[in-house]
Amino acid sequence: MLSNSKLKSIDDFYKYHNQVKEKIKETENVITVCCGTGCQASGSVEVLEALKEKIKTENIGVKVKPIVKSTGCHGFCSRGPLVILYPEGIYYQQVKLKDVEEIVEKTVKQGELINNLLYKDPLQKEKVSKAEEIPFYARQTRRVLQNIGEIDPFEIDEAIAHGSYQALVKALTSMSPQEVIEEVKKSGLRGLGGAGFPTGLKWQYCSSYPGEKYVICNADEGDPGAFMDRSLLEGDPHRVLEGMLLAAYAIGAKEGYIYIRFEYPLAVKTLHTAIAQARSLGLLGDNILGTDFSFDIKISTGAGAFVCGESTALMASLEGKVGRPRAKYIRSVEKGFRNSPSNLNNVETYANVPSIILKGWEWFAELGTEKSKGTKIFALTGSVNNVGLVEVPMGTSLRTIIYDIGGGTPKNREFKAVQTGGPSGGCIPKEYLDEPVDFERLTSLGSIMGSGGMIVMDQTNCMVDVARYFVHFLVEESCGQCTPCREGLVQMEEILNRITQGEGRLEDIDKLKDLGEVVGGFSLCGLGKSAPNPVLSTLKYFKHEYLEHIEEGFCRSGVCKKLFNFEIDPDKCTGCGLCKRKCPAEAISGEKKSPHKIEQNLCIKCGECYRNCNFDSIKPVPIKK
Amino acid sequence: MSECKCKQLEAQVDYNLLDKIIDEEYGGDKENLIMILQAIQKEYNYLPKDALVYLAEKLSLPISHIYEVVTFYASFSLKPRGKHIIQICTGTACHLKGSDKVVKELCSRLKVEPGETTEDGLFTIETVNCVGACALAMVSVVDGKYHPSTNQSEMNKIIEELSQGE
Ligand SMILES: Cc1cc2nc3c(=O)[nH]c(=O)nc-3n(C[C@H](O)[C@H](O)[C@H](O)COP(=O)(O)O)c2cc1C
Ligand code: FES
Repeated sequence: MLSNSKLKSIDDFYKYHNQVKEKIKETENVITVCCGTGCQASGSVEVLEALKEKIKTENIGVKVKPIVKSTGCHGFCSRGPLVILYPEGIYYQQVKLKDVEEIVEKTVKQGELINNLLYKDPLQKEKVSKAEEIPFYARQTRRVLQNIGEIDPFEIDEAIAHGSYQALVKALTSMSPQEVIEEVKKSGLRGLGGAGFPTGLKWQYCSSYPGEKYVICNADEGDPGAFMDRSLLEGDPHRVLEGMLLAAYAIGAKEGYIYIRFEYPLAVKTLHTAIAQARSLGLLGDNILGTDFSFDIKISTGAGAFVCGESTALMASLEGKVGRPRAKYIRSVEKGFRNSPSNLNNVETYANVPSIILKGWEWFAELGTEKSKGTKIFALTGSVNNVGLVEVPMGTSLRTIIYDIGGGTPKNREFKAVQTGGPSGGCIPKEYLDEPVDFERLTSLGSIMGSGGMIVMDQTNCMVDVARYFVHFLVEESCGQCTPCREGLVQMEEILNRITQGEGRLEDIDKLKDLGEVVGGFSLCGLGKSAPNPVLSTLKYFKHEYLEHIEEGFCRSGVCKKLFNFEIDPDKCTGCGLCKRKCPAEAISGEKKSPHKIEQNLCIKCGECYRNCNFDSIKPVPIKK
Repeated sequence: MSECKCKQLEAQVDYNLLDKIIDEEYGGDKENLIMILQAIQKEYNYLPKDALVYLAEKLSLPISHIYEVVTFYASFSLKPRGKHIIQICTGTACHLKGSDKVVKELCSRLKVEPGETTEDGLFTIETVNCVGACALAMVSVVDGKYHPSTNQSEMNKIIEELSQGE
């Protein structure tokens, strides 16, 4: 930080903003290393340190030594560690420690590109040297993710230089709290944590109640397979803090809380630093920028309970209690945390607010569909080539997301379904790939938008197993308060277990539907109400897989262990030996270049060979009785 | 009957340290119970009974309330955990790559159930719901360090390396 002293007025803020902007301008020669959770797991911190060391100690013979800095998660985690050299913007991916030497020798010193670190598009098969040329980035509309990958999240100055806190200043100087609420209302922004409730309306309700009020940020992100909120908090925490500040100003709150899951240690650390820096500049605390507006934020960490993402459970957990949801007839905007009016929004919802205030509701609403405005960030994972975070306008088709941006399924395997909305969502089959994605369309397809997890499934994924997986997940996570959820889900799990073990009966299908109706119709909270979705949607679109399990005792996807054997097709096998190397049970034998064979009594059916074969030569086959 | 091994792993509680956590870090505030428990677990790798009794007294909470909270949240452990903590992600992306099978194989190899500690106190095997690194599925976190693509063979390697280090 340039300064440690409080900015005492709006003028001070503008001066500081100009100073940090100058500072950033002077340092054009920058090498960024992505240090998000994903890249760190692939070794990016080691790469960062080595680069710093090498550039510091060596006479590299260029005029200005580049500055090496870490950034938050770009969202292209499957390609990490990512190293980008500015001002040219040369984009290196999957950089290993051993590549550091060459990067400095060739690219930094001589401006030469290193071919094998460049990204190769799986469809075009061409190498590209800049992020903007990579379809994964080029086809996105990065509004909320805009700063991520550019700024060092541990440096508030960089966020300020990139425009953070300008919306706050605008609101403080030229808008009344009600005008802020109106702007958010008109924008059409809806809650991005799952339910899609209009954000401005929620703020309006909350502001209308008297007394001490709270602004709470839901960073629980319990939906497995989703990591949008993690990336936002790791990469651009000030955008979220500013959104909370604007909410606090609008509804008249002095205290804020961020409830974040403990499974995200890096995001917690980033947030702590961001809050401390904002406080020391006087952007949080008493009399912010010399005005009457005071607001501060505390962090509270969750302890591994999915249900705590539900708003009332979250507030109970914030109070140090067990997270049991309560019935919705008392609304938390009136009586929430500490029995006071509380406004809860998701991380991404808050992150959308600063631009709405700064650029106006028209700018925001220009993108999207009739009822879902703006953009949405999806966590695209599963069987897709480009796994990562994708921000697109609401209404973008599933096909664009999965194929144009995601690069399709790996090894040309057959697309089967895309699962959206996590444990509360459903599986959408290929017939609907051209559907536009918004709140209403996904619901009408039997799924939901949810928080934005999007998991692509192919021929190697069994739909009955997926349903069983989610129901099992929810059985574990149900708080146990209400009977339909606690007991009904257990019954559903038992039936699904039976089917995946080859002991299913035909009447099980109707039983699942009946149970689903009861659980969905009569549970207390959103967890139970949406719990049957994964089962009902797979029953609707993939009934044939259920029937195959029950009537033929066969799992065509090679997942349900008792219902198939793996076999190698000798006509297709090239004898490359990959499966043999991958097999952890040493169950595969064969000479190089001649067809291999699986020893059935050694095979543990882990599926490594099946998923890795490049020649489609391994197939699940029914077990011969 | 020989005494259960976990008794020997039971930690000696340092009450000064507890005071520091409860009063200094968390202002002796009941609302911070979950974070206080997390801080204690970080010190001892689990929640020693003596610490919970002491905590109940300090926060003027019934011990039953504390047990209710501890048993509700998945990340708390009332039993001493092993020297190495192996968390295998069973989130959706990891499940689709077969993480449940890795858990099963590993558990049968080490003769434990998920959540349990091996008899020699070396390993605790836990499952977690998504650690947010789904791009690198299947992910495991070994002693706090993320490991990408930990299929069966990778996991075997990790276990062998850690065992040899002993
Ligand atoms: C079981 C359950 C889990 C939930 N988990 C989350 C979560 O992890 N993150 C989140 O933002 N919302 C979650 N929600 C939705 C919240 O209850 C709430 O609708 C949301 O945080 C409100 O913010 P928004 O209007 O900005 O979306 C969950 C809901 C249910 C029923
Ligand atoms: S599902 Fe395993 S890291 Fe997300």
